Amino acid sequence: MPETILTVKNVSKVFSSKKVHIRAVNNVSFEVKRGETIGIVGESGCGKTTLGRCIVRAIDATSGEILYLAEDGKVYDLQNIDKKTLRGIRKEVQMIFQDPFASLDPRMTVFDIISEPLRANFKLKRNELEEKVKSIASKVGLNPSYLKRYPHAFSGGQRQRIGIARALVLNPRLIVCDEAVSALDVSVQAQVINLLMDLQKEFKLTYIFISHDLSVVEHISDKVGVMYLGKMVEYAPTEELFRNPLHPYTEALLSAVLIADPTVKNTRIPLEGEIPNPANPPSGCFFHTRCRYCIEKCKTEDVSFVEKKPGHFVACHRADELNLRGIV
Amino acid sequence: MMRTKGKTNSSERVLRKEERKLQKRIKQQEKYFMSSQWQLMARRLVKHKLAVISFVILAILYTGVIFAGFIAPQGLEDYSATYSNAPPSKIHFIHNGKFVGPFVYRYDTEFDKFRNKIFVENKEEIYPIKFFVKGVPYKILGFIESDIHLFGVDNSNLPQGKDPVVLMLFGADKLGRDLFSRVLIGSQVSLTVPLVGTFISFVLAVIIGGLSGYYGGWVDTVIQRIIEVFLSFPTLPLWMALSAAIPPGISVTKVYIFITIIMSLLSWPNLARVVRSKFLALKKEDYVLAARLAGVSDFKIIIRHLVPGFMSYLIVNLTLGIPGMILGETSMSFLGLGMRPPATSWGVLLQECQSISNIANCPWKLIPVIFVGVAVLAFNFLGDGMRDAADPYK
Repeated sequence: MPETILTVKNVSKVFSSKKVHIRAVNNVSFEVKRGETIGIVGESGCGKTTLGRCIVRAIDATSGEILYLAEDGKVYDLQNIDKKTLRGIRKEVQMIFQDPFASLDPRMTVFDIISEPLRANFKLKRNELEEKVKSIASKVGLNPSYLKRYPHAFSGGQRQRIGIARALVLNPRLIVCDEAVSALDVSVQAQVINLLMDLQKEFKLTYIFISHDLSVVEHISDKVGVMYLGKMVEYAPTEELFRNPLHPYTEALLSAVLIADPTVKNTRIPLEGEIPNPANPPSGCFFHTRCRYCIEKCKTEDVSFVEKKPGHFVACHRADELNLRGIV
Repeated sequence: MMRTKGKTNSSERVLRKEERKLQKRIKQQEKYFMSSQWQLMARRLVKHKLAVISFVILAILYTGVIFAGFIAPQGLEDYSATYSNAPPSKIHFIHNGKFVGPFVYRYDTEFDKFRNKIFVENKEEIYPIKFFVKGVPYKILGFIESDIHLFGVDNSNLPQGKDPVVLMLFGADKLGRDLFSRVLIGSQVSLTVPLVGTFISFVLAVIIGGLSGYYGGWVDTVIQRIIEVFLSFPTLPLWMALSAAIPPGISVTKVYIFITIIMSLLSWPNLARVVRSKFLALKKEDYVLAARLAGVSDFKIIIRHLVPGFMSYLIVNLTLGIPGMILGETSMSFLGLGMRPPATSWGVLLQECQSISNIANCPWKLIPVIFVGVAVLAFNFLGDGMRDAADPYK
C-alpha cells in the first residue's frame, strides 16, 4: 500500500470584498496516495482551479489543512509553513497550466523558460544546466535544437510540452495539472495525456488532474472527485464512480459524456437552471435547486460528506435509496 | 537524344532552384522563430513606412544636434549690423556667363523710395562657397574643439573695410545673425529638453507606478489620487506659473535644468498610470505564477518578467509624449518664460515673429516653425508605428 502523499482536510477558500463573500472552495477533504492520479471534475466556477491553486500554495486557503508528505519523510502542513521550508517544498509540488499561450513568457527562449526553476533553486554551471534542460526536453518530446527558439514558434501542443518540461525539471513528486489539456485539440490532447502517463510511470509522479472533461479524467485517473459550487459532492475510484454514481449531479454529468457508438441512445439528463450564485448559495444541499430527486429534506438540512461504500464518499441525503445510472 | 538530355538538364536546374528557394524559406522561418520580442517589434516597425521615414528624419535632426557647431557656418553670437534682417542668401553657379561652382554675391544695402532698407546683390566680386572652411571656434559634445566648419564663404576676395560676407541659408534676424546656424544651435535645446525630460519622467513613472501596482492597497490609492490631482491641472498655465518662478539672472545651464524638470513633472503621471496598469495585468499572468511556484524571488520576477513585459508599451508612450514637450518648451520660450537670450531655442527664435510687420517683411523668420512641426510630426508618426508594433504576439 503506497503511503499517503497529500491529505486535504476541510479546506475552504473565501474570496471577500466589502459586501460579498464567495466560498470558492467549501470544506473539501480528500486523500491522495503516492503514484495515484486524482481527477477533479465539475463545471466552470465550481472551485476546482481554486482548490488546485491552494494545494500548490499559489493562494492561501482560508481554513483547513493541507498535509504533504515530503521527500524527507516529514509531513508538512502547507498552510502553516515558514518561507524557507516552503521554498524547499515548492521544488516537489509543481503545476501545469491550462493555457499554453499565457503560461510561457513570450520574451524568454524555451531554454530560459525550462531552466528558470533550476536557476532559481540551484547554482549550476552552464554546461550542467544545458545538459539537464536538454535531457528533460527530449523526455517530453521536444527537439533539443528548438531550445533557442521563442514560444511564438510553437503550436499549442508543443507549448504545453514546454510547460510540462518546466514543471518536471525540478524532479517534483506531486503535480497539479490545471486543465492541462483543455486548450488543445483532441488528437494533441491524446498525445499530451499519454506523455503525462508515461512520465508518471518513469518518475513515479502523483497527479491531481483538474478537468471538466470526463472522458479525459476517466482515461487518466485512479480516483475522481466531483465538485459542485465549491463542495466536493462525490469522491470514488474512477471505475466505481463511472459505473455506480451515488450523487445525482454525477449522474447528470456522466449522462453528458458522448459515447462513440451510434447504437447507444442519447439519454442525457438535462440540468435545469443556472449554477447558483456562490456568493449566496442555496440552503440545505447546494444542488437541490437543480436536482430531479429533490425532496423537502434536501432544501432545509445540510448534507455531510460520508463514506457510503469503501472508498466511495458522497454528499447526498438520498444516496442509499436512489438507483442512479452510470456509464457501463 | 541530345534534345531530351538538354530538357532533363533544364528541369533539373528548375528543381535545384526550387530546392534553394525552399532552403532559403526554411532559414527565414528559423530566424523568425529565434527572434526576440525586440527583433519582432523591429520587423513590424520596418513595415510601417511612415515610421521609418520619421525615424530617418529624426536621425538627421539629432545628427544636427550633435554636430551643430560643425554644420552651422556661424557661431551663436556672431552678428553683423549690416546684415540686420537680411533675406536668405541666393546661391549662384554662373558668373558673367561662366560656370564657376556655387558662390554668393555680397549684399549692399540701399534705401527704397519709402526709406526702407533693402538688400541688393553686388555683382562685381564673387564669394565662392567652400567646404571645410575656417571660422569661429566651437566644441562638439563639449570636448572636441575645432574651428573648421562644414561649409562657408571664402572671404579672400573681400575689399578693405567691408564686413565679411556671410552665407545665410535662412536669412538673418534683426541683429544680423544667421538664422540657419541659430536654428541648428537652438535645436540643441529644443530637441534635448524633451529627451532629458522624458528620461526623468520615465524614472519617476517606473518607480511610482511600480510601487502603486506592486503594493496595491492604500499605497495605490494614495498615489492614484495624487496622480489625479496632477492630471487635473491645465498644462500650459501651470507651465507658465512654474517657469515664472525660475529666478531671473541665473545661468543658462540652470534654466535648462529647470525647464526640463518642469516638463517632466507634468508628464510622469500619465506614464505612471501605464506602468501601474501593466504591472497589475502582468502580475496575474500564468507565467508569473509559474515563476513564483518555481521558487523565483519577487525581485527577479519583477526584473525578468514584469519590467520586460511593459517596457515596449512604456517606450511607445514615452515617444508619444515627446511632441508635447517640444511644443511645451517652444511655447514657453516663445512667451519669454523658457530659455532666455543669449541662449537660444526654436521658441526663442520665434519671439521675433511676435510682431506682424516682422513676419510681413521677413517671412523667413518663420522657418523655425517648420522645424518644430517636422520634429513633432516625426515623433508622432514614429510613436504611432511603435504602438502598432508594441505587442508582436497578437
